[in-house]
Amino acid sequence: MKMNGADAILRCLEAEGVDVMFGLPGGAILPLYDAMARGTTVRHVLARHEQGAGHMAEGYARASGRVGVAVATSGPGATNLVTPIADAWMDSTPLVCITGQVRSFLIGTDAFQECDITGITIPIVKHSWLVQDVNELPHVLKAAFHVAATGRCGPVLVDVPRDVQEAELDFSYPDSISLPGWKPPRRGHARQIAAAATAVAAAERPILYVGGGTLNAHATDELLELAESARLPVVTTLMAKSAFPESHELHAGWPGMHGPKWSNWALNKADLIVAVGARFDDRVTGKVSAFAPGATIVHLDIDAAEISKIRHADIPVVGPLKPVLTQLKKELDEKKVESRTEPWLRQIDEWREQFPLRYRADGELLKPQKVLETLQELTAGRSDVIWTTGVGQHQMWAMQYLQCDRPRSFISSGGLGTMGYGIPAAVGAKAARPDATVVCVDGDGCFQMTAQELATAVLEELPIIVVIVNNGYLGMVRQWQDMFFNERFSQIRLTQSLPDYAALARAYGALGFLVESEDELEDALAQALASGRTAVVDARVDPREHCFPMIPAGAAALDLVEFEDENGDPRPGRDEVATRSLPLGTP
Amino acid sequence: MKHTLSVLVENKPGALTRITSMFARRGFNIESLAVGPTERHDVSRITLRVDCETMPLEQIEKQMHKLVNVLRVAELTPGESIERELALMKVSAPPGKRAELMALGEVFNARVADLGPDAIVFELCCAPEDVDSFEELVRSHGLQELVRTGRIGLGRANKPKPNRPRQHVLA
Repeated sequence: MKMNGADAILRCLEAEGVDVMFGLPGGAILPLYDAMARGTTVRHVLARHEQGAGHMAEGYARASGRVGVAVATSGPGATNLVTPIADAWMDSTPLVCITGQVRSFLIGTDAFQECDITGITIPIVKHSWLVQDVNELPHVLKAAFHVAATGRCGPVLVDVPRDVQEAELDFSYPDSISLPGWKPPRRGHARQIAAAATAVAAAERPILYVGGGTLNAHATDELLELAESARLPVVTTLMAKSAFPESHELHAGWPGMHGPKWSNWALNKADLIVAVGARFDDRVTGKVSAFAPGATIVHLDIDAAEISKIRHADIPVVGPLKPVLTQLKKELDEKKVESRTEPWLRQIDEWREQFPLRYRADGELLKPQKVLETLQELTAGRSDVIWTTGVGQHQMWAMQYLQCDRPRSFISSGGLGTMGYGIPAAVGAKAARPDATVVCVDGDGCFQMTAQELATAVLEELPIIVVIVNNGYLGMVRQWQDMFFNERFSQIRLTQSLPDYAALARAYGALGFLVESEDELEDALAQALASGRTAVVDARVDPREHCFPMIPAGAAALDLVEFEDENGDPRPGRDEVATRSLPLGTP
Repeated sequence: MKHTLSVLVENKPGALTRITSMFARRGFNIESLAVGPTERHDVSRITLRVDCETMPLEQIEKQMHKLVNVLRVAELTPGESIERELALMKVSAPPGKRAELMALGEVFNARVADLGPDAIVFELCCAPEDVDSFEELVRSHGLQELVRTGRIGLGRANKPKPNRPRQHVLA
């Protein structure tokens, strides 16, 4: 069928089953937006900033398990996508970014809004294409979706000059394409999986160290089956939060810089670590040479380059996690050995009892942890809640206090640590899951980086709830300056009252709530949750509160620092502080 | 420890940039690099000399394999491969020194590519280690300018040609 390149792009998206794309038009992408006006089944969500569009596409991808699509114009539109692309790269989020480019004959002339976006993004994409011939478009888009979603997921970029969008082609969407250099592994090596099973069966203190790759691989059911049948405890990284039901008795929390002590102890004192789609990130390991010193490492990953990159893998298995985990469970079942892990599980439970998360609950000011605890109480048992977060203290408290039992219910920027991720990611998640109640736990610093997307949420009828844990500071920076820079506070004060967040929310047509004390908290959160509208809850919290426990940068994970009360007593009496241990229960 | 890698890539725009950018980003050192066509018009060969002090060779190979344009990565192991390099060296050669220098050149099979009143341009095409030796020899005579292409290599004639890269076709 004869059509122009712009229409062909839309036909490709439709053929790939894309239902939503996120973008913002501009000069070099005008033909594509003109084609949208002619008609397409793909919904376009108009962001207020291309960075917002990119994070929305990420939130969509993470909530749905499908490829997210972001669209921007050339030059500044494209460069505004760089942060989300880098974020998707670090967190292995499948993303197809389509950018307009100046007309072919202008490329290289420093034309208006020209920039070499394929060049700029080379280090942070799996692959990119500058389409120079309209006849290549269908193949390029087919390849783009394929590369983004196969192997280790990640972002790709398709740069389409304006004249290519306007040129005519005889369109047909290819059934197959040839990508001779793209050969993601299709199955794990049977002998390696057998060796892994033998190691698991022989271990006395095994643990599953689960990373975000498990969610990307759609392998959460297989993970649960393996853990239950072999009675293996499970720690989930920030990226894997929600990959394993957190109310499950085998869930051993979250390892890493702000993970509970018992989770870090469980991982670091194991004699066998089975890494499942995890990459031994420095936030998890702390000082690598001191990380889990006695553990044998089984590393299951689709990306061969992650094997032994940070920590030597004794038994590597490269392959897609879904069949690998199934096969590993099968091998273990066939061994018919009695699980030996009960004493180890009891030990982890003892640590869980011994080292609960703690904070000082007295005083006049609302505690940030209380905000998260209340959110958790108000949403307990609900299956429709998806959380997103910004980056900083509030993110770590969200990790610690929110209990996620269903896959893809916690969406956060892990690897890149992108402040401002939360609001647009929530909009994207809502577009992917209109049935869900999407709550963004944000910081006041993060909020001000992407607050403009509240307009998108309101006008596109993608209601989200934003809870600002507002301490008036760049809180995590404040914590570091306090702990590691001799309390020399430098350029961190944002103030709690400027802007007036509730008024700002109302200016965007959203509901705005101001919470200044614990008494007002539950009511405001409940109202926001029940409203069905976009709502912002400005919860003014104690700015002095630090996020504990903490592994100081460069320290061993076992040497993490716990909460201390003001007298320097590391173990204050339980009546003085609120404690929380994870409820034990069944999934 | 240094290694020579022979990399087959699709002859597509940006393929070389993607590889060199990945090396730069991950902090791998490239000692020399040569790119050229192969027996297939759609495939180019990149010969890379890498210093693996900071990062093991295995990690470099795996990261290269992940690039969509990269078809095959193989190490050229000494003894099982032929390696060559072309060099041009402009050496100071006043008339009184000419004969001595040309005799030196003959030992290394260095051709005289050009001759001026005060200088000789030698052309060498040999094992890169021999280029090093000759360079050292003529340095004391006044090495004015030097250019080397970077090493290229192939598996030895008694080694079978590696399989053609497998086509990955979507269903």
